[in-house]
Amino acid sequence: MTQHIVRAYDEELGALSVKINQMGGIAEAMLTDAIDALARHDVGKARGVIERDGQLDALQNEIEELAVLVIAKRQPMANDLRHIMGTIRIASDIERIGDLMKNIAKRVTVMEDRFLGTRSLAGIQHMAHLVLGQVKAVLDSFAQKSSDLARHVWLHDGEVDQLNNSLFRELLTYMMEDPRSITFSTHLLFIAKNIERAGDHATNIAETVFFIETGQQLSGPRPKGESSVFAVSAPGK
Amino acid sequence: MSFASPMIQEPASAPEPAVAAKVAARNVNVHYAEKHALKDVSVDIPARAVTSFIGPSGCGKSTFLRCINRMNDTIPICRVTGEITIDGKDIYDSRLDVVLLRARVGMVFQKPNPFPKSIYENVAYGPRLHGMARNKTELDEIVVNSLKRASLFEEVKDRLQESGTGLSGGQQQRLCIARAIAVSPEVILMDEPCSALDPIATAKIEELIDELRSNFTIVIVTHSMQQAARVSQRTAFFHLGALVEEGSTEQIFTNPKDKRTQDYITGRFG
Repeated sequence: MTQHIVRAYDEELGALSVKINQMGGIAEAMLTDAIDALARHDVGKARGVIERDGQLDALQNEIEELAVLVIAKRQPMANDLRHIMGTIRIASDIERIGDLMKNIAKRVTVMEDRFLGTRSLAGIQHMAHLVLGQVKAVLDSFAQKSSDLARHVWLHDGEVDQLNNSLFRELLTYMMEDPRSITFSTHLLFIAKNIERAGDHATNIAETVFFIETGQQLSGPRPKGESSVFAVSAPGK
Repeated sequence: MSFASPMIQEPASAPEPAVAAKVAARNVNVHYAEKHALKDVSVDIPARAVTSFIGPSGCGKSTFLRCINRMNDTIPICRVTGEITIDGKDIYDSRLDVVLLRARVGMVFQKPNPFPKSIYENVAYGPRLHGMARNKTELDEIVVNSLKRASLFEEVKDRLQESGTGLSGGQQQRLCIARAIAVSPEVILMDEPCSALDPIATAKIEELIDELRSNFTIVIVTHSMQQAARVSQRTAFFHLGALVEEGSTEQIFTNPKDKRTQDYITGRFG
């Protein structure tokens, strides 16, 4: 992209992108650490995740303030305007991912570890791995200004949803088999849901990146695997 | 697992104007002696809407504007070819009375240029020249109506006999607009009408343009992209004498198709 005649304008737009990348880096680390803390029941690590959420909130505020200032000063048009509006939306999606990871970390700090080792944990780790890949890819698509990569992320959310469904069935079965596992399993259910929602935010970001780069909305049929609302598990089955 | 490829949704484009083109230009070329100032411009300007021409200095937008009421005839070295029609009638037809054409196509300039006469006379001059009033009462009526439509009447009603040049810049520009609409034109051409005005006077003119578009076809040349985005429904971008892109104002300013348009409106090196 050719430079602006006013160089300070380029610097301001660049600063917005840098802050998005910083937020993305923090959110990725929070996701990795939250799942790690869960798998190893590392309460110290979980507290670290909780503390880092404040950094995301602060960066989101900085992005909003800078975006408002640039709009007031430069009266941006076309792709510049889309870029600025897009960073505001992406910052808000990343901040939500941070909140979800903070919630996972909080659950880790209050969970008993005696049920650890269930197969469900492996499922959650697998889901988290997929979502982390989605988050990384969508942040790359923003940094590389790639609408193709954004569309790729947008199309590949279904797998995460399907994993969430099978985890849901599995945990229901455990709870029926051993009522003492209900508290623990419920935490895991919420954790799985949080990861799945983080994946949804990644697809939101993909839509925003696509709009920034092309001026068009991604729409049409998107693979949806989410159906846990309808899932049932009969006793003894 | 294979998924259907996503459909890309085109942004809802502004509906095409239902009315036919008021002004239609086909392959218009303008030469100033050897200089080829306007290259093969073809465009339709819809009736009862504001069309803005934008582009860097020297891109030909004012030259094209001046073709629409044959102001370029006054420049001896200027040669215009191609066809411009208003309501389907060729305005370069040799039998056409240029004075009458300019009554149908009024013009407002960058710098307010009231006649060194009273406010009343400034507005009354055109209607009197064209014999539009049979008596003083009718003429008074035209003057008052024109000043009202130009949103100036309330400010000057007690001093209609004072000189027009004594008004503020913004008032003078509105006086020039009143003068232009006094002869009931169909098309009003505005060549950077706000570039000499402060933001408040500019806002008043923009509000006026918005009101006038229900009765007139307005073409405005402006260097302020924000102004073009605010006041017009159609926008045309000129560059190096060529019409690069023309479309709904919304599309031009949010998602231009041509890279040159995008570079210009976003303030990049083109």
